[in-house]
Amino acid sequence: MSTTVSSPRPGNPRPDNSAPDTGAAAVTAKPVTWKTPVLLAAFGLIALVFFGLLAPNKTASFGISTGEDFFQLPALDINAFAGGTVLSVLLLGLAAYAVFLKTKDRPAPGWLTVTFIVLFVAAFLLWVVGGARTPSISLAGLIAGSVTLAVPLVFGSLSGVLCERVGVVNIAIEGQLLGGAFTAAIVATMTQNPFIGLAAAAVAGAMVSMVLALFSIKYLVNQIIVGVVLNVLVSGVTGFLFSTVMQEDKARFNSPPGLDIIEIPVLSDVPIIGPILFRQSLVGYLMYIAVLVVWVGLFKTRWGLRVRAVGEHPQAADTLGINVNATRFWNVTLGGAVAGIGGSFFTLVAIDSFTKEISGGRGFIALAALIFGRWNPIGAFFAALLFGFADNLQSIVTIIGTPVPSQFMAMLPYLVTVLAVAGLVGKSRGPAASGIPYVKG
Amino acid sequence: MTEQHRPNDTPGGQQAGQSHAKHHHETGPAAEETAAVVSVDTAGGAMEPSAVPASAQSGKLPGGPDTLLRRIFTGSGMVSVLAVFLALVIGGLLIASTDTRVATTAGYFFARPTDFLAALWNAATRSYIALFQGSVFNPRGNGLAAQFAPLMETLTIATPLITAGLGVALAFRAGLFNIGAQGQIIVAGILAAWVGFALHLPLGLHLLLVLVAGIIGGALWGGLVGVLKARTGAHEVILTIMFNYIALYFLRYLLNTPAFQRPGESNPISPILDPSAVYPQIFGTQYRLHLGFILAIGATFLVWWLLNRSTVGFEFRAVGANPKAAQTAGINVSRSTILVMAIAGGLAGMSGVAQVAGTEKVLTDGVAATYGFDAITVALLGRSTPWGTFAAGLLFGAFRAGAVQMQIQTGTPIDIVLVVQSLIVLFIAAPPLVRAVFGLNPRRKKPARAAKNTKAATTGGAA
Repeated sequence: MSTTVSSPRPGNPRPDNSAPDTGAAAVTAKPVTWKTPVLLAAFGLIALVFFGLLAPNKTASFGISTGEDFFQLPALDINAFAGGTVLSVLLLGLAAYAVFLKTKDRPAPGWLTVTFIVLFVAAFLLWVVGGARTPSISLAGLIAGSVTLAVPLVFGSLSGVLCERVGVVNIAIEGQLLGGAFTAAIVATMTQNPFIGLAAAAVAGAMVSMVLALFSIKYLVNQIIVGVVLNVLVSGVTGFLFSTVMQEDKARFNSPPGLDIIEIPVLSDVPIIGPILFRQSLVGYLMYIAVLVVWVGLFKTRWGLRVRAVGEHPQAADTLGINVNATRFWNVTLGGAVAGIGGSFFTLVAIDSFTKEISGGRGFIALAALIFGRWNPIGAFFAALLFGFADNLQSIVTIIGTPVPSQFMAMLPYLVTVLAVAGLVGKSRGPAASGIPYVKG
Repeated sequence: MTEQHRPNDTPGGQQAGQSHAKHHHETGPAAEETAAVVSVDTAGGAMEPSAVPASAQSGKLPGGPDTLLRRIFTGSGMVSVLAVFLALVIGGLLIASTDTRVATTAGYFFARPTDFLAALWNAATRSYIALFQGSVFNPRGNGLAAQFAPLMETLTIATPLITAGLGVALAFRAGLFNIGAQGQIIVAGILAAWVGFALHLPLGLHLLLVLVAGIIGGALWGGLVGVLKARTGAHEVILTIMFNYIALYFLRYLLNTPAFQRPGESNPISPILDPSAVYPQIFGTQYRLHLGFILAIGATFLVWWLLNRSTVGFEFRAVGANPKAAQTAGINVSRSTILVMAIAGGLAGMSGVAQVAGTEKVLTDGVAATYGFDAITVALLGRSTPWGTFAAGLLFGAFRAGAVQMQIQTGTPIDIVLVVQSLIVLFIAAPPLVRAVFGLNPRRKKPARAAKNTKAATTGGAA
């Protein structure tokens, strides 16, 4: 990185309105704007009013241990009003710190935003549960359920990371998940072996990705167009084959043997952490491995450096002897394989058969998680967890009966993403060359 | 050259452009290309918006009926026809592959291949004939009115596809990906339906207000995306996708509230719109075809005029072709972005009105069906020109209408339409592929080059 770029404009006090300018400025100069402090303060105030002052004076109970746990911890009983007030005061404190940093022309650090989000979710949860007809939920179950729901999201967003980091926009995550789910179901049923089904799902996802790569790299078709169209194509093909083949003979084509939950002895009985980390299906364990491998691969290896170079500045990468389009092709293919494995979760773990549109738009939530996680595997993982949490909470609030309509809970991931791309988590900026075909010349 | 490329390492279009201006004296052709490639990153978003017109307009000719002949005889028109043909062939193969007769005859293929081929041909053509009879002309109909009933159904289904497709196409031309027609239809449907069943106004005025409410609803939902993009640089693809879901869940919430739920009904369905609030049926009550179709023709003409004859439209196209150049030329890119998204939303809003005031006459959570997503393929097939979009809307309307009949008559699932539609768009977007399939490519060196590429690819990937 050289410094021949325009001057950093350190004293710019206003959020810049002209879009191209902010995009460029955030990269090199990072003028500290009021956007983050103001947004944090606004959300802090919302928390104080709704989750604090207007919270019901009732006790919300959070169960931590389940009956089968190794050792028991007592349930957490918190007064919703007191807890909500304390948490929202903490939130306002964090916002005040961000304002203080802004006056010193320093940006709000990443941990501050993350802590803010965690505390805000906690305050929200306290408010929701405190206002419920039966103000008691199992925290362990809530978190474990969130992780389960997040598994396909994590795989999907990892696919997005792999593709976008190398400069190819992947809108086709939905199609890759759906293709993986379908293939896993039909292959696992026909071979009566879930592991072959899992491998076939990866191949199916990779094949969807190869179409994306072929059209966007070789034929230079706009990547977003290919992605959108591929989703429709996969939906059509799987829907067609489902109606004609699978429904004709369900036993032969659509009753895959599931992947069992593998419990690691002793460790799986630790409260909260046990079920999350040590009581998963094979796909669940693969998820943790995949996140780590992709992160290490992208940021600690030579391969990752090349991938990121191709995604940020393909001309430079080409000059240094990297085959840009080949790197793109194989990375996109790999991404599809990862998403395909995620798709197998639907038919091999979650539900024991394929139905039309089984992925139900989760590919788009994965896309949102990718952006919310700022194109980083770890970030995408936690964003996916957050969205899985919202998804899970949605079904739980309808059971315990709360004032919040479940539709708004379902809306949450999308709202959060809009806020994220509009600047809550700083500038969400993807790899520079993402979406631009590379023509050697 | 390397030295001057370094600033681009920090990926901001703006700086890249500026640094190139500074180093003007040593700008070589390669560097200029870099600037061209990098500078299209308008907003720091993940995806590059103005690539759309580049590819969507690649085969673009001025729209309008007078150029129709010209379009047919140009290469791109031929590619379009071949793409549709190729997609139909692949769709036919897919249909045939699941046909039982084809499977049995394939068993003795080597003994009597003609049986297999006949079964293959039968399976595919039977479905397509049913598709045609369900969408254009049914010779077994009782009288001329019944024989043309399928055509009327096609036009009815094409109506929302055309207007929403126009919205997507207009945004494409301004360099914006409007994936949000779905949400815009929904919000328009909410407002239009509410005006339609909650207010009780005189004939004429009521319908007008329904239409205006719908257009405003769509325009607000689309314009909001424009504002967010212009203000924060957030990418419109992400925003519109998210807004689709937000609109859908908002609709589902509303349909469970007393204000929108039909009294005495536990299902999420609204009251029926007042008779004064619905579109009159054009050709009498035996067809569903309603005034919305005439309005869709009007909207097509309006968009054509807007794009090709008005200053605003010129600005849209200028921004779509090169936002930086447009900005330099004094065009307010932010204003243009907001305006084009609002108009696009308004057009999609017309689809919402066509649904609640024309076809369905109630509001359910399936009000938008998949029209918003189909609109994208319609706009792409129409190459983002107004009349092209109109024609594509008719074609896809015919597919939709015919598919219902096809499923009833031959048992071929409706999903085959999705396959054919998406294949058409894929092929049209990649003319070299279509030409290669039909052996029309002038260059014959393709296989050798491809092989070399793969070889390099493996080494590149492994290194």
